[in-house]
Amino acid sequence: MSKILVVAEHLNGKLNSSTARAVSAAAAVKGDSIDVLVLADSVDAIAAEAAKIDGVGKVLTIARAENAHPLAAVLAPQVAKAAAGYSHVFFPSTTFGKDVAPRVAALLGVSQVSDVMSVEGAHSFKRPIYAGNAIVTVEANPAHAVVATIRTASWPAAGSRGDSAAVEALAVDAALPAHTRFVELQQGKSDRPDLQGAGKVVSGGRGVGSKENFEVIYKLADKIGAAVGASRAAVDAGYVPNELQVGQTGKIIAPELYMAFGISGAIQHLTGIKDAGTIVAINKDGEAPIFEIADIGLVGDLFKLIPEIEQALG
Amino acid sequence: MKILVGYKRVVDFNVRIQVKPDGTGVMTDGVKLSANPFDDIALEEALRLREKGIATEVVVVGIGPADLTAHLRNGLAMGANRAIHVVTADEVQPLTAARVLLKLVEKEQPELVILGKQAIDDDANQTGQMLAALWDRPQATFASKVEIAAGKATVTREVDAGLETIEAELPAVITTDLRLNEPRFIKLPDIMKAKSKPIDSIEFGSLGVEAHDHLKTTHYAAPPKRSKGVMVKDAAELVAVLKQKGLL
Repeated sequence: MSKILVVAEHLNGKLNSSTARAVSAAAAVKGDSIDVLVLADSVDAIAAEAAKIDGVGKVLTIARAENAHPLAAVLAPQVAKAAAGYSHVFFPSTTFGKDVAPRVAALLGVSQVSDVMSVEGAHSFKRPIYAGNAIVTVEANPAHAVVATIRTASWPAAGSRGDSAAVEALAVDAALPAHTRFVELQQGKSDRPDLQGAGKVVSGGRGVGSKENFEVIYKLADKIGAAVGASRAAVDAGYVPNELQVGQTGKIIAPELYMAFGISGAIQHLTGIKDAGTIVAINKDGEAPIFEIADIGLVGDLFKLIPEIEQALG
Repeated sequence: MKILVGYKRVVDFNVRIQVKPDGTGVMTDGVKLSANPFDDIALEEALRLREKGIATEVVVVGIGPADLTAHLRNGLAMGANRAIHVVTADEVQPLTAARVLLKLVEKEQPELVILGKQAIDDDANQTGQMLAALWDRPQATFASKVEIAAGKATVTREVDAGLETIEAELPAVITTDLRLNEPRFIKLPDIMKAKSKPIDSIEFGSLGVEAHDHLKTTHYAAPPKRSKGVMVKDAAELVAVLKQKGLL
């Protein structure tokens, strides 16, 4: 009885991997079908990528010039219309999904489940509260559509399939507001792996000391093919741009390997890395809270240890 | 112009929360309560807009039990002109909060509503967006810079890809990110002055808001504990362990 609509996230004509993660959560509902909705000005390339995701029944597209940039006020009325007939509408819990999903939920007159970590049943979900210090089970009313955002760190990206799902253009009759306009997007320029999808992350905190010193973190990350992250302290001090922040108010990540250099481990930061496979902490202070959750700890000066690590790597 | 600021009271961010052993909730008895940090940032931004002469009045709004009044006094001491207290003993989920705020918006006719991007207790990150939808006005979430001029807000937003700038015609809803500003400290004389500032109490029931929420929380659990880690003595041993695990 469950028909699930997953709203695709994309940037610069490419599908974001968060979409395939939301499809994994949709698959866990064990419903009848999973469709992906692509809203863009030019949909073809994005829809073709979405059609390759395993488990997707069909890809619906709404191509409009107004959809060139993901403005919640513009997208939400279209998603709300497209949601007719669906029992679930899922978004990735990224800044995109967090921006748009509640607007859709309010238009549909339903509550929203934020940051779904696990699916317990078609209307039962687990999600974190209090910065991940408690996990609650919430039940949504089966009489209404479930609007939810999917915590990307809790779900693997669904694989790709040999063939492609059908792609259909969808016509929705939604009046779009002109009161919100896109001006510009300044992207942090980086050739490194994306922080949220990376298998390895090397992260620096206040202990790194300066923007210049962060170069050693970047160097090590490049050597092992890792993404770079940072604590709030490092971002606030201006060592790195804020899109690198990991934690309750930044990104929630779950790489296989997380290496924290000069990060004390405030609750706020730990929330962002709790689901990492192996956490390595390197800190001068042997009493730092980060060691309480680290799988491997090393007490010492990061500036001395990083070159030694590089040397040991060969 | 008038600015409405949402001002939620939450368990202080420094408190390490404990889940009740029977799974019925988290322990909040005797725990320190404070303003939601993002709401302090929202109030600070509103006060700065008043100091620049852009806003004329800043109104803090709280929804909660009778003793929430003391919390609202903090907002007044920080500098808000007056407060509105919507009195209810029940838990208020974001959709209900948004519906309450819409009623107040209709009554107060603000040109700007500033809320925190999320409350650090339920971590929902929904109320601002829901209010904007119900009000049918622009939203600018995760704001790290706000400029108001010529009937519109130009807002820089912290998005995953970097920094996005959008223009929103007023009235609009803005939700604050951490880097928007550094909230001021409350000074003693301001606490005294706040005692004479007005707080409007409105019974939740009198607003005609449908309080029915569709989400039921059935169980609370502590997060799974990570197993105890090991300490290594030097870089060579660290690399050896990671290589052995197949991580490097």
